Amino acid sequence: MAEHEDTTHVEHEHTTHSQIFYIAIGVALLILTATTAAVAFVNLGPLNPVVALLIATIKAALVVIFFMHVKGASEKLTSAVVVSGFFFLAILLTLSLADYLTRSWR
Amino acid sequence: MHDSRAIPGPASTTTTQVATADHEVHNPALLHHFADAQQQKNAASLGMWLFLVTEIMFFGGMFCAYLIYRLAHFNAFAAGSQQLDIKMGAINTAVLIVSSVTVVLAVKAAEVGKRKLLTGYLVVTVLLGMTFLVVKGFEYKEKFEKHHVPGPSFNFTDKFDDNGKQIPVNSKEAELFFSLYFAMTGMHALHMIIGCGLFGTLAVLAWKGHYAPSYFTPIENAGLYWHLVDIIWIYLFPLLYLISRHS
Repeated sequence: MAEHEDTTHVEHEHTTHSQIFYIAIGVALLILTATTAAVAFVNLGPLNPVVALLIATIKAALVVIFFMHVKGASEKLTSAVVVSGFFFLAILLTLSLADYLTRSWR
Repeated sequence: MHDSRAIPGPASTTTTQVATADHEVHNPALLHHFADAQQQKNAASLGMWLFLVTEIMFFGGMFCAYLIYRLAHFNAFAAGSQQLDIKMGAINTAVLIVSSVTVVLAVKAAEVGKRKLLTGYLVVTVLLGMTFLVVKGFEYKEKFEKHHVPGPSFNFTDKFDDNGKQIPVNSKEAELFFSLYFAMTGMHALHMIIGCGLFGTLAVLAWKGHYAPSYFTPIENAGLYWHLVDIIWIYLFPLLYLISRHS
C-alpha cells in the first residue's frame, strides 16, 4: 500500500467494466438459466445433477469474477479471506460426503 | 450503513468548501484513523467479505444437510422435488440475475457520479427483489394448498412413474424434504427482504446526494451482499428444483 496516494484518484483504481459488458454477462447468465432448466427435462440418468451443478458453478463464477470484482480487489488480505471461505466450505462438503457417499461400500 | 462519513450533497456546498480550504485534497468521507481513502475502502471491503464468508458457511451447513438427507432418503426427496414448479423457479432465477445486473450498473453509476441513474438502478433492484418475493409467495401458497407444509396437516400422496405405476413414498421422509425446502428458501427469502430494505435505504440516500465518485463504499458493499444472495439462489434452484426430475 503506497502511503501517499492521491485520495482524489480512488475511483480510478477500481476495475469496473463498461455497461455493455455487464449486460452481456447478464444475458449469458440468462441463457445458462434457460439451458439448465431445459436440460432438467431431458433424462441424462446420473448426469442430470452433474450438468445442473456444473452450469450453476459456471454462473456463480461469472457473478463472483465479473459482478463482485474479485479480480479488481487490490488487497491480498481480502483475497485470502474469500479463498478461505470457499476452502472451508469445500472441507465441510467433501469430508461429510466422503463419509456418507461411501457408507454403502462395505 | 456509514451515513456519518457521507459526502455533503449539493445543498451543503459550504462544508465542502471549508474542508477544501483546510487541506488541498481532503476527502470529507475519509475518517482520520485511515491513512488514505483507498485504505479505508479496502478495510470496509475486507469486513464485508468476512461477513459474506460467515454467510457462505451458514448456507453451506444447510446445503450439506440437504445433500446428506438426499442421499439417505433419495426416493422421497426426488418425489418431493418433483412437486416444485420449475417454471416459477426459472422465472425467479432470471429475476435475480437481472437484479444483479442492475446492482452492478448502480455501482458503475456511483463510480462516475451519476446520481439520478444510480437512484434509478437502486429502485429497479428493489422492485425486482419484491417481484422475486411475490413469485416465491405464490409458490408457498401452492404448498399450503397441497398440504406440503411440514406440520400436523402435512399430507404427501404417493408418486407415480411414467407408466402410471404407483411408487410408495415415506411421508415422513418427504416431510423432511419440505422442511429443508422451507428452511433454505425461507432463509434465502429473509435475506432478500433485508436486501430490499437495504437497497431502499440506499436509494433514498443516493437521491439525497450522499454518494460521490470519491465515496460510494456502501453501494459497493451492499452490492456484494446482493450478489451473494443471488449466488445462493443459483445453487438452490438446481438442487431443489432440477436434479431429481428423472429419479
